[in-house]
Amino acid sequence: MIEFRMPTLGADMEAGTLVEWLKKPGDAVARGDIVAVVDTEKGAIEIEVFDAGVIERLVVEPGQKTPVGTVLALIRSPEEPTGATLKAVPPLPPPAAAPERAIAASSTAPPPAAAARARVSPAARKAAEQLHVNLEAVEGRGPGGSITVADVERAASLAKPAAATPDRLSGMRAAMAAAMAHAKREIPHLYVSTTVDLTPSLMWLKDENQRRPVTERLLPVVMFIKAVARACTEVPAVNGFWTDHGSVQGTGVHVGCAIALRGGGLVAPALHDVPQKNLDTVAREFADLVTRTRAGTLRSSEMSDATITLTNLGDLGVESAYAIIYPPQVAIVGVGRIVERPWVVDGRIEPRSVITVSMSADHRAVDGRSAGSFLTAFDRALQAPDKL
Amino acid sequence: MTRDEIRNAVIQALTNIAPEIDPQDLQPDTVLRQEFDLDSMDFLNFVIGLHDTLGVDVPESDYVKLATMKGAVQYLESKLNDRLE
Repeated sequence: MIEFRMPTLGADMEAGTLVEWLKKPGDAVARGDIVAVVDTEKGAIEIEVFDAGVIERLVVEPGQKTPVGTVLALIRSPEEPTGATLKAVPPLPPPAAAPERAIAASSTAPPPAAAARARVSPAARKAAEQLHVNLEAVEGRGPGGSITVADVERAASLAKPAAATPDRLSGMRAAMAAAMAHAKREIPHLYVSTTVDLTPSLMWLKDENQRRPVTERLLPVVMFIKAVARACTEVPAVNGFWTDHGSVQGTGVHVGCAIALRGGGLVAPALHDVPQKNLDTVAREFADLVTRTRAGTLRSSEMSDATITLTNLGDLGVESAYAIIYPPQVAIVGVGRIVERPWVVDGRIEPRSVITVSMSADHRAVDGRSAGSFLTAFDRALQAPDKL
Repeated sequence: MTRDEIRNAVIQALTNIAPEIDPQDLQPDTVLRQEFDLDSMDFLNFVIGLHDTLGVDVPESDYVKLATMKGAVQYLESKLNDRLE
């Protein structure tokens, strides 16, 4: 029997609240299927399964806050016979007493099945989690008395203005504080930086964007993501993790992109397999990632798979950024704003657009030479933008 | 299309990106990117939003003309008029 556990969705996560199951016992699942939604400080995350099989049993009920590593469900692998004995996991605790609202409802006529549990659409359940609305207190006005998103939103607007957002933000801040303090304390950071002439990339980009419809225009950050990935394939030492057993290289290059949330906070979900994708695909997927990060609908693999992180603070006007590594990764790349500077080209001074790029690396896994080679490779990639 | 309609389309495109924006705060000289903390991806989405509602394709070289509320409305108005002529 395969134990499907609460995944760790980043170094700053200790527990998550199961919002809903998207599969039920008896359902077949394939690797990569989304089976549940878990609420974390960073929003509702869609949890994927890593093994194929059939759901044998759901162990944890929606609404329970569950530590990372706890068994959430049991999955029967295709080779296992039906009804294999279960011993490792204790049986489910008896269901909690029926909520008062349901009892009241059952005494006033509707069919018992509906009364036992108010019917709630998955979207409404998600909305309730996001708005911190207690579903038991929501009056369902949907078909057959079911609770819809509109019902949840109405309940939220009626609630006291002590909004949920500051709660989530302070939770995220606390989780981030713990992870970053740990990282800064435990990881011997080394820092290297260089200035990159971005003129060839910007000229190419200008030319491309003039030809493209507005919906397909490229941003400089997309080139940075591609250049990070290219440099990682050339210097694999910076692409991976530090574990209890030492340094482990990443399988694939998955670039974590630090994305600021409106209203505060930060998430760095992974863009998968960047070297295998062309610039247009990366641009499209990055735009989608930003949208979903801010909407709070990321997937578990995006939260946990990054092999290196890129933080681009250029939009804020800073010239350079030296970031703290996000464990268990071993390196983070910081990019500052594009500035016009006098630059020596072929013995003559010319105005050029340049950026400062830095790498913070874990010296247990990466030496200065590798970090330097990475920056050289990053620079080289941006000098030939048409080959990115 | 009237100036008010264009203004509403600009507000709509902005609030789609940054739902916290209160249209009351939008003065003619408000510098949009600065005031509402729009990064380059937000700004691209703003331009895409204008394209979707008004059908105006703003080239990159004209982004600077969308810097303020007043500038954006004037620019879009002249683009829409050009198209009619």
